Amino acid sequence: MTRAFKNAATALGDDALVLAQRLGEWSGNAPTLEEDVALTNIGLDLLGQARFLLSLAGDEDELAYLREEREFRNVQLVEQPNGDFAHTIARQLYFSCYQELLYRELASGDSQTAGLAAKAVKEVAYHRDHAVQWTLRLGDGTADSHERMRRAVDALWRFTGELFAPVEGLDVDLPALRGEWLATVSQVLERATLTLPTGPDRTAWAAGAGRQGVHTESFGRMLAEMQHLHRSHPGATW
Amino acid sequence: MVTGAAVELTASELRDLAGSVPDPELPVLTLAELGVVREVRVLGPGRAEVELTPTYTGCPALETMASDIRLVLGGRGWDARVTTVLTPAWSTDWISAEGRRKLQEFGIAPPGPVRSGGAVFVELTVRCPHCGSPDTRLLSRFSSTACKALRSCNGCGEPFDHFKEL
Repeated sequence: MTRAFKNAATALGDDALVLAQRLGEWSGNAPTLEEDVALTNIGLDLLGQARFLLSLAGDEDELAYLREEREFRNVQLVEQPNGDFAHTIARQLYFSCYQELLYRELASGDSQTAGLAAKAVKEVAYHRDHAVQWTLRLGDGTADSHERMRRAVDALWRFTGELFAPVEGLDVDLPALRGEWLATVSQVLERATLTLPTGPDRTAWAAGAGRQGVHTESFGRMLAEMQHLHRSHPGATW
Repeated sequence: MVTGAAVELTASELRDLAGSVPDPELPVLTLAELGVVREVRVLGPGRAEVELTPTYTGCPALETMASDIRLVLGGRGWDARVTTVLTPAWSTDWISAEGRRKLQEFGIAPPGPVRSGGAVFVELTVRCPHCGSPDTRLLSRFSSTACKALRSCNGCGEPFDHFKEL
């Protein structure tokens, strides 16, 4: 296993792991019971992907529970706090549209991740569909839901550029996927009576950002919650 | 978990045994009917390898399935190694006709055929497993497990699970 391939598997595995952890935070807190179940089920799919990908890079438990913040390679988008339900949906929309394109490309390749990607792309299509349905309902809903959805797509926009930055060891032309992603997202936002944000799609203060291990403030707190049991009781099992 | 000397069994007989294990979350189905048991190989005297494929990547039932298979084969004196394979990806089309009948009887609407292409999204009617009415509506796209959606029947008023096409 080459170092570059491990880097790519870690990057994709961390995306899935961190988003799974964020979605898990909705367990018991979602606006309705159905959404509680939906968001945690999506998290479970992502956790399954993360376990496979991180196992390609090393020991999954050590990687998840014993790395420091700066060693995680996930994009900053997935670590953003859940916010209100609209923020979670906007994050899901941006990320699932990206992940579906990425896995589709990986599935047609011949790397070790092709089998996982072929399987996971079907799950992610369902995640994307879930996010699209909610974006339409909230954007084209009440004045309050519209305003919250608008704020959410605007606030998270600056984290979307990083999705299409090349990842060392990943045999996918990520910058080339941005056009299709943009077309999909624009179309959904338009149907939801929302406008595609116009601001910069990356943060000026975080060169390289998550893929280089530079993370946003709330990520450390999230990791502390995710890792504290294993660090306090090494090797604990159910 | 291996008890006693290995009973002489062929790969096909071992496969039948592994396939007879009930699904931990849908105990009305066997693993064979669910279509998750792939290859079974005899590795040596009393030693076998069983390949399992998950329905969903994160399916939490997989570990229980593996230990149940080891237990059943162990009861015949066989030491079974259970491995996970992802390729080709599991599809609900692999659920057997008998499996579909049992799901229906259990009150879970079985999956329809998987749409190919995916460009045209046509919502096919899902029949109520209780009264057979085609007049049902989607309550939630996710239900008690990742593989099911929650629906309700406009005919008899009963809610029911639908095994989603994948």
